[in-house]
Amino acid sequence: MTSTDTPATTRSGVSGPPVRRRRKKFSFDRVSFFVVFLGIPVVGYLIFVIWPFLQAFYYSLTDWSGFSPDMNFIGLKNYVNLFQDSIFLKAVGNSVTLLIVLPFVTLVIAMAFASIIVLGGPSNGPIRGLKASSLYRVVSFFPYVIPAIVIAIIWSFVYDPSAGLLNGILQSLGGNWANSFAWLGNPRTALVSVIFVIVWGLVGFYMVLFIASIKGVPAEIYEAARIDGAGRFRTAISITVPLIRDNIQTAYIYMGILALDAFVYMAGLEAGGGPGNSTLVISQRLFTTAFTKGQFGYASAMGVTLALITLLFAAVVFAVNRLTGGTNEVSE
Amino acid sequence: MTTTQSEATPAVVADRASTRTQRRSRRGDRTVGTISHVVLVIWTILIVVPLLWTLMSSFKTSKEIFASPFSLPTRFNFDNYVSAWTTAGIGSYFVNTLIVVFGALILTMLFGAMCSYVLARFEFRGNRAIYYLMLAGLTFPVFLAIVPLFFVLKNLGILNTLPGLIVTYAAFALPFTVFFLFAFFKTLSKSMAEAASIDGAGEWRTFFQIMLPQARPGLATVTILNFVGLWNQFLLPVALNSDPKNWVLTQGMAAFSSQAGYSVNFGALFAASILVILPVLVVYLIFQRQLQGSVSIGTNK
Repeated sequence: MTSTDTPATTRSGVSGPPVRRRRKKFSFDRVSFFVVFLGIPVVGYLIFVIWPFLQAFYYSLTDWSGFSPDMNFIGLKNYVNLFQDSIFLKAVGNSVTLLIVLPFVTLVIAMAFASIIVLGGPSNGPIRGLKASSLYRVVSFFPYVIPAIVIAIIWSFVYDPSAGLLNGILQSLGGNWANSFAWLGNPRTALVSVIFVIVWGLVGFYMVLFIASIKGVPAEIYEAARIDGAGRFRTAISITVPLIRDNIQTAYIYMGILALDAFVYMAGLEAGGGPGNSTLVISQRLFTTAFTKGQFGYASAMGVTLALITLLFAAVVFAVNRLTGGTNEVSE
Repeated sequence: MTTTQSEATPAVVADRASTRTQRRSRRGDRTVGTISHVVLVIWTILIVVPLLWTLMSSFKTSKEIFASPFSLPTRFNFDNYVSAWTTAGIGSYFVNTLIVVFGALILTMLFGAMCSYVLARFEFRGNRAIYYLMLAGLTFPVFLAIVPLFFVLKNLGILNTLPGLIVTYAAFALPFTVFFLFAFFKTLSKSMAEAASIDGAGEWRTFFQIMLPQARPGLATVTILNFVGLWNQFLLPVALNSDPKNWVLTQGMAAFSSQAGYSVNFGALFAASILVILPVLVVYLIFQRQLQGSVSIGTNK
C-alpha cells in the first residue's frame, strides 16, 4: 500500500519552500482508512458476488439437490444431459432468438427516433432538431421508470383474449378474427407479443442515450455532410452510426444481457413458459429447475451455459465493431 | 445535388445550387417533418394508451372489466385502491421496498464511493485485480450466482430477511457504482487533496470534507440510476426473500397477478399497478431532466 504522497510532496516542493515529509504509513488514520474504504466493500463483494459465481462453476459439476449436504462430483455429466434435454434446448433456442431480435429491433428504432429528434429539423441554416419534440422524449422514456413486472402485467391485460384492449381495438376496427384471439396463448404469436412488450419498455431509454451521443458529435461534421449532399438517411448511416459506434456497442451489450435474462417479463406475461414452451427461456428454466425441482447442480450447469452465451455474445459484438473499423476500447 | 455547369464561376454555382436545394429542401423539409411527427405521435400514443386504459380500468369492477374493454366505470370510487392497498398487501410491500431500496442505496453509495476513491487515487498491488473483479461482476449474468447465493445467505442466517436483501442489493449494485465513480474520481484535481494533507488532514477527513463534496454531481447521477435499478429489482427478491411479510413491491405484484386468476379481483390488480406507477410518475415528471441527463452521462462516458 504505497501512497501517492511522494509525488505530492515533490510537486508542492517545486512551488514553495520544502514541506516536511509525513511518514504516516502505519498511523491509525491510515490503516483504518484502508480497512474500511477498501476492506469492507471488497470483502462484501467477494462474499455476495464473486464467491457465488465461483461456486456455481463447481456445483455445475455435481449432482447436488441442495437440501441434503451430500453431493457427488459427476464431472461433465450435467452438461451432457443438458444437450439431450429437449426442453432446455428449446429454451436456449428461444433465448437466442431474443438475443438476435431484441437488441437489433430496439436499437434501430431508438436510433431512428433519436436521429429524427436531434437532426430532423429544416435542412437549411444551422443543424437543428425536430420542433416541439421534447414531449416525445419525455413520454417514451417513461416506461424506463415503471418496474418491468408492472409493464408485463399491464400488457398481459392488453393482450387478454376477451377483455383485452388490443382485441377490443381490433374488433372495433372490424377485425372479427380478433374475437378472443389469444395473443399470448398461441404458439405462433406468443414470442412476438413478448418481444413487442420488451421493445415498448426499452426504446425510450436507448433513444435518450443516443440523443446524448448524437449531440456529442460536432455540428460541423453534419454541416460538412450536408454540403456534400448527403440526405438524412445517408447521414444517419454513414455519419452518425460510425461516430457513436462505441455507444452503440455498449448499448448492444446491455440489451443482449437483458435479452438473455428476460426473466421478469416472462414472469408477468408467460409465467408457465408459454403455449408448448414457445416462450420458455433459459433463465425461467433455471429458476424452476433450482427452486421448484431442487436440482441445484443441474441448474448451475444451466447458469454456466447462460454465462458462456453471454460472453460469446459480447465477444461477437466486440469483434463486429472491430472488423467494421471501430476501436477496441471499452466504453464503460 | 452536384452541379455540372462548368462555365459558371464556383461562387455562382454554389449560389445557384444552394437556392435550388433550399427550394427543394423546404418542400422536402415539410414532408419529412410531417412524417417524423406522425411516427413519433404514433409511438407516443402506443406508450400512453395502455397506461391510460390501466388507469380507467382501475376504477371498474371485475364484472365491468370483462363486459367490455372500453366501457367507462359506472361508479367512480376508490374501492379497488383500498382493497389493493390493504387486502392485497401493496401497502406493506411499499414499506418493505422503501426500507430495502434506501438501505441498499445508502450502503452501496457509501462503500462504492469509498472503494472507487481508493482504487482511483492510490496505487497499490492488487489495484487492477480488484478493478477487473468488478468488471466481471458487471458482465456475468446474475442467474449464474443465484443458486449459490441462496445458500450463502442461508448459511449466514439472513435468507428471507430484509437485511439480507439489503446487503445483496448493495453488493450487486456495487460494481456499477464503483465503475462510474472510479472514472469520476480520476478526473478530480489532486491539488486540493494535497493541500488538505499538507494542512494535516488525515485520509478520512480528506475524503469526507474535500473529495466527496467535489464528487457531488457524479454521486447524484449514480444515486438516481441505482435507485431506478434497485426499485425494479425482481430476481433477487423472488429467489432470496420468499417470506410474504417481507415481500417487496415487484414480487408482491407478480404474486398478486398470478393468484388473481383464482380469486379474481382484476380491478384491484389494475389499481395496484397504478399505485406502483403513480409515485414514480410524479418523481419522474419533477426530475425528468436530471434523470435523462443521468442516463446520458452514466452510459456515454
